[in-house]
Amino acid sequence: MDRSESAPSGDPDRPDVPEQRAGDGPYLRVKDLRVRFDTEDGVVRAVDGVSFAVDRGRTLGIVGESGSGKSVTSLAVLGLHDAKRATITGEITVGGRQLVGLPEEEVRRLRGRDMAMIFQDPLSALHPYYSVGKQIAEAYRVHHPRAGKREARTRAVDMLGRVGIPQPAKRFDQYPHEFSGGMRQRAMIAMALVNDPDLVIADEPTTALDVTVQAQILDLLADLQAEFHSAIVLITHDLGVVSQVADEVLVMYGGRAVERGSMEQVLRRPQHPYTWGLLSSVPSLRGDAEADLVPIPGNPPSLINLPSGCAFHPRCRYAGRNGDRSRTEVPELRPAGEDGHLVACHLPADERTRLYREEIAHVGVAAG
Amino acid sequence: MTRFLVRRLLTAVLTLFAVSVLSFLMFFGLPRDPVSGMCPKNCNAERLERVRTELGLRDPLVEQYANYMKGIVTGRDLGSSQGGRCEAPCLGYSYVNSEAVTDTLTRVLPVTLSIVIPAAVLWLVLGVGLGMISALRRGTLLDRLAIGFSLTGASLQLYFVGAVLLLVFTYNLRLTPVPSYTSIFDNPWKWASGLVLAWVALAFLFSAIYARLSRAQMLETLSEDFVRTARAKGLAKPTVYGRHALRAAITPVVTIAGLDVGSALGGTVITETTFGLQGLGRTAIDAVRSGDLPTIMATVLISAVFIVVANIVVDILYAAIDPRVRLR
Repeated sequence: MDRSESAPSGDPDRPDVPEQRAGDGPYLRVKDLRVRFDTEDGVVRAVDGVSFAVDRGRTLGIVGESGSGKSVTSLAVLGLHDAKRATITGEITVGGRQLVGLPEEEVRRLRGRDMAMIFQDPLSALHPYYSVGKQIAEAYRVHHPRAGKREARTRAVDMLGRVGIPQPAKRFDQYPHEFSGGMRQRAMIAMALVNDPDLVIADEPTTALDVTVQAQILDLLADLQAEFHSAIVLITHDLGVVSQVADEVLVMYGGRAVERGSMEQVLRRPQHPYTWGLLSSVPSLRGDAEADLVPIPGNPPSLINLPSGCAFHPRCRYAGRNGDRSRTEVPELRPAGEDGHLVACHLPADERTRLYREEIAHVGVAAG
Repeated sequence: MTRFLVRRLLTAVLTLFAVSVLSFLMFFGLPRDPVSGMCPKNCNAERLERVRTELGLRDPLVEQYANYMKGIVTGRDLGSSQGGRCEAPCLGYSYVNSEAVTDTLTRVLPVTLSIVIPAAVLWLVLGVGLGMISALRRGTLLDRLAIGFSLTGASLQLYFVGAVLLLVFTYNLRLTPVPSYTSIFDNPWKWASGLVLAWVALAFLFSAIYARLSRAQMLETLSEDFVRTARAKGLAKPTVYGRHALRAAITPVVTIAGLDVGSALGGTVITETTFGLQGLGRTAIDAVRSGDLPTIMATVLISAVFIVVANIVVDILYAAIDPRVRLR
């Protein structure tokens, strides 16, 4: 039992931090978040001024290639970066509490209780030496210090059942290696949701799974969200996943947000050439089967030595259309026309719309 | 589990059989006349001949081996010059020591056990503890001190460390008595004070190795996904490190520790020599020097037993730590 817990107030199982869940405003608000790592090779600006917000019951999809800063962002929200190595500035507000600068012990008490995380590879994210049930029960007991072993077990078995694991009482005592990939991810989800968190961050939750299982897991997440009314941040590089579950989408590149808006806006009327690139490099079942996929040329940039101006300019086909601006000036995230749709691109709005219609809309999932 | 034990014990018996045949062949099968080294002082042709007959060296090799094995299991009758009836486990008679080998072993084995077991406890606690702390305090002064300690320990030799300890604690400060062995059942205090320098010397050198190993293992484990999961659950650091990381990091340490202890029990020659203790290792070396075949055979066999048993224990521990390991 955690002796550092303060005197109980209200809910006897949640004795610590007073409830501050202001009814107004989004549950998670991230403002101008910057995460910097000082390494021997130089300063890595993994996240460089990102802002977003998620309401309870809503899902934000964060999209980008590897190294775009999406996982670093999520780990920063949970306070999982090593304080000695990472410098975090900006605001992260969860349920009205500002987390940046909060003592580790206070963030720890929120972790797993108010905000939980589902990791990409459930095989390596679950401890191989402890039974699945024990790991879930442990997550429950750490935030319910008064709960006995039996109560925690009942709760864990109940959660295993709720995430669709057959014979949960029997499965409780099995080890991760005795579960299939999909079942492991269900168990991971059960563990994340065992304390009924208001915010769930899912970092590539379906990437390590078979395609058929992917859809089940996404359905499960959506069902559980409806049941628990939690805010979900879904991190993925898979636009198909985003289009299935996200309400809003944030596209990241080189540690910055390049486009943000509703799922409809970003996936159906995308404004940023990078988003276009992502869309036209994904095949579509419904689109023109003859149309070629267009990959994005080049590689994601080094975060130590980010290209000047718009970080995407070396890979952007349209970078030359503004003279030198793309190379010299970092584009601000600005309204892109529609309400709530933001884009960081120097191209004029009407030209972006025209280019998308003429050159991109018929390729890949953009056409679907 | 039972099935595993039975199977492993059978394999162990087979291994020991192979070891015994090989060492038997090596000594008795060599062209050199084994008696020449075995005969005590004042040998003459007549006496050599008698020893040869009494040792059964005129019998076919297979029969000699069978007799030897029979002696271990049921005991056997030796000639009158070898003390007559030799009860099981009979390992033969040593002309050099003028006693049954079993008697020699029951005298020297407790010495080696008394050196190795407390030293092993000391080096495991110290080494693993130091390794874990320096992994968790990576880059700090404490970590650098621990690395320095390991490097020192790994670069030093036991006879040097032992000599320094003796010089300082026994001869200069007079804090410890001259090393000697007393049975723990007779006088536990004398037992401990007589052996403490040997423990410290052994533990210092071994814990250096274990500190490095467990530091590396712990650092690797700390970057595992499941450690991050444990933190994401909101577990406090002592739980994350103590319960989640330690158990995974300790597994390879267990393997190496088992084998190290197993082989150390087979004789810590240098330690015993440095501190003037007559244990299994020195007995084996003395036997080799004087060509005392029955004693050589016995020490080889008993070292093999320790290693085989250590291997089985390691496997069982492994299965106890890691549920993915099934004992079949």
